[in-house]
Amino acid sequence: MTPPKTTTPKKPWTRAAALRAYEQMMRIRVFEEHANDLYLSAKMPGLTHMYTGQEAVAVGICEHLTADDTITSTHRGHGHCVAKGAAYPEMFAELLGREAGYCRGKGGSMHIADQENGNLGANAIVGGSAGIATGSGFSAKARGNGDVSVCFFGEGALGQGLLFEVMNMAQLWKLPVIYVCENNMYNEYTHYSEVTAGEILGRPQAFGMRTAHVNGQDINEVHTTAKDLIDRARKGEGPAFMLCDTYRYHGHHVGDIARDYYRSKDEEEEWKSTRDPINLFTAWLTSNFKITEDDLASIEAQIRSEAEQAVDFALNAPYPDDSEVDQHVYA
Amino acid sequence: MSTPNVGTTETMTFAKAVNTALAEELRRDPTVFIMGEDVAEAGTPFKVLSGLVDEFGTERVIDTPISEAGFTGVGVGAAMTGMRPVVDIMFGDFLTLIMDQVVNQAAKIHYMSGGKLHVPLTIRTTLGATRRSAAQHSQSLHAWVSHIPGLKVALPSTPADAKGLMKAAIRDDNPVIIFEDKLSFQEKGEVPTSEDFVLPLGVADIKREGRDVTLIATSSMVQVALEAAKTLASDGIEAEVVDPRTTSPLDDATLIESAKKTGRCIVIDEGHRRYGASAEIAAVVSDGAFWWLDAPVRRLAAMDVPIPFAPNLEDLTVPTPADVVSEAVTLINP
Ligand SMILES: Cc1ncc(C[n+]2csc(CCOP(=O)(O)OP(=O)(O)O)c2C)c(N)n1
Ligand SMILES: [Mg+2]
Repeated sequence: MTPPKTTTPKKPWTRAAALRAYEQMMRIRVFEEHANDLYLSAKMPGLTHMYTGQEAVAVGICEHLTADDTITSTHRGHGHCVAKGAAYPEMFAELLGREAGYCRGKGGSMHIADQENGNLGANAIVGGSAGIATGSGFSAKARGNGDVSVCFFGEGALGQGLLFEVMNMAQLWKLPVIYVCENNMYNEYTHYSEVTAGEILGRPQAFGMRTAHVNGQDINEVHTTAKDLIDRARKGEGPAFMLCDTYRYHGHHVGDIARDYYRSKDEEEEWKSTRDPINLFTAWLTSNFKITEDDLASIEAQIRSEAEQAVDFALNAPYPDDSEVDQHVYA
Repeated sequence: MSTPNVGTTETMTFAKAVNTALAEELRRDPTVFIMGEDVAEAGTPFKVLSGLVDEFGTERVIDTPISEAGFTGVGVGAAMTGMRPVVDIMFGDFLTLIMDQVVNQAAKIHYMSGGKLHVPLTIRTTLGATRRSAAQHSQSLHAWVSHIPGLKVALPSTPADAKGLMKAAIRDDNPVIIFEDKLSFQEKGEVPTSEDFVLPLGVADIKREGRDVTLIATSSMVQVALEAAKTLASDGIEAEVVDPRTTSPLDDATLIESAKKTGRCIVIDEGHRRYGASAEIAAVVSDGAFWWLDAPVRRLAAMDVPIPFAPNLEDLTVPTPADVVSEAVTLINP
C-alpha cells in the first residue's frame, strides 16, 4: 500500500495545542509499553490489543472533541480512550481487573468506557459499535446541541453489514457522525486486500457521504482533515467517512509473536523507521516551533513517571469484592 | 384480574391499549421516540401505531430502512445518550437479525461499564402462530432473550397488561423486550385510563383463582388456559391461572406459592418445548414446591418443528384448550 502524499498545511496548531497533541500521542505509547510489560510479566489477566503505531489517528481526531462529544472504540481501544481524556490510574486498574478501574474491573481492556469524557466504550465485536455511535449522533441531532459522535473501527469492520445499515441512516438523516476507518492493513492475520473487494471509499460514496483519505501517520494531516469534517457535522451538514492509512507495530494481540507467516519483518521495520507518527511529529514540531528535543524529552519523562505511579497504584488496588459479581446486571 | 388501584377503566382493544400507552409516554417525555419499519404513516402492518405520527410527527415516529440490526443499534446508542427509544421489530422472528445488538451490546453495557452506562431501550415485537404465516413469521422466541442477564422480557396477555407493561418498559432504565401476541391485537378488555397505570416488571398476576390445579400460562396461552379452566370448572375442577407477565425477571414466589396451594401444575407457553420458557418455569416450580406437589410438573408448548403452513398441520403445533383440559384431567385422575 502506498500512503497518499502528505499535504501538510503550514501550522494546523498553536504551539500549546501542538505540544498537547505530542503529549497525548506519547501518553498512548507509554501506556501500551506498560500494558505490554504487564502482560509479559503475567500480571495482566487475559490479552490485550496494542494501538502503538496508530496514535496520530486517535489524537489527531480527538483533539477536536469536547467531553460532550462521544466516541466508540474497538478491541484495539487504548489509544482512543487516552486520546478522549482518560486518566492512567483508572485505565491501568481496569486493565488489571481492579475495582478502581473505569468499569470497576468488570470490563477490562476490551470494554473500557469513560462516560464523563464521552467515551461510550470499546467494543469486542468487530463493527459492533457502529450502531451505538450512530445512535449517539441521532441523540445529538434530536437535542440540537451541536455535539458530534466519532465511530472508530478497523478496516475489518468493512465486512460487517451493520456498518452499512447505519451509514445509510446517518446519511439519510444527516446525523453528526464521523466514521473513522483505521486501515492498518490486517484483519487479525489476513491482509485486508485478500478479503476486501473494490474500493473502500466507494462504499460511503455510494451513500452520497462525504469522504476523505489521509496518511494516518501524519497527525497534521489527520487533524486538519478531521477539522473540516467535524465542523460540517456540527453545523448539521451530515456525516463523513475518513479513511486513515496506518499500521500496528505489535501483533494482532500481545500474544501474537511469531507473525512472519502473514507479514514480513522488513515491512514492520519500514513503517517503524520511516513512518512513525511520533517521530514525524517530533521533526515537524522542532522545525516549526521553538521546541527542542529536550522540551519533548521532559514531557516524556513526566508521562513515564505518571505511568509508573499509576501501574503501582493499579497493582496494589484490590479486586472487586465477590459481592460485586451480581451487581450492575440491571440498573 | 388482580390489578391494584386501577381507578376508572375504558373498554378497548389490545392494539389500542398499546397505542394509548405509547401516545401517553410520547406526550409525557420528550426523549421518547419510536423507530422501525412502516411505523409512521402506515402505523405498522398491524395498524397498532396508527395515528401516532399525526400527533408526534416524523421526528418522533420514524420510518427506518429495512435494517433491523442497524436501527436497533441506533436505539442502543440513543438510549445510552439520554433518549428513551422504542424500537419496533415487525415480527418476533426478526430477532435473529438483531441478536448482536441486543445480546452483546444492550444487555451487557451497564454491567461491563461497572454501572456507569444505562440503556433505557424498549423493543416491541411479536410472537404467536396460527395466523397461517408459515415458518418465518410465526415463532415465539421470547426464551432466547429471557436467557440473557441484563435484559427484561415482558409478555402482556390482556389489553390492560399491554398498556401497563409498555409504560413500565419505557420508564425502565434497562433494555426491555415486549412480545405482543399477533392474535391478541383485536381482543377487547377493560383498561385503566390513568396515565400512571404502570405495572411493575417481575410481578405475576393471578388471572383466575382455583384450588385444584395451577395453570401457569404466558402471553397467547393465557386465553387458552382460561378457556380450559372454564371447561374444567363444569367438571368440578377449579383451575388457578397464573400469568407471569414477565419471563425476566420471573416472579418465582407467586408461581411456587400457587403450585404449593394446588399441588399440581401445568406450564403452557407458545415457545418451542425443548429448552423453552416452559422448561425454566417448570424447573422453578418443581424446585420450590417439590414437597407440596402431588404429581410432576407438566408442560405444554409449541411442538419442536418449524411452524408449518398447512392450517391442519399448524394447528397441531400449538397447545389448545382441549390439550390443557386433558392434561389437567390426567394429572388429577391419573
Ligand atoms: C464479529 C466479530 N468477528 C470476529 C471477531 C474476532 N476478531 C477480533 S479482532 C478481529 C480482526 C479485526 O480487524 P480490524 O477490524 O481491521 O481491526 P484491527 O484488529 O486491525 O485493529 C477479528 C476477526 C470479533 N471480535 N468480532
Ligand atoms: Mg485492521
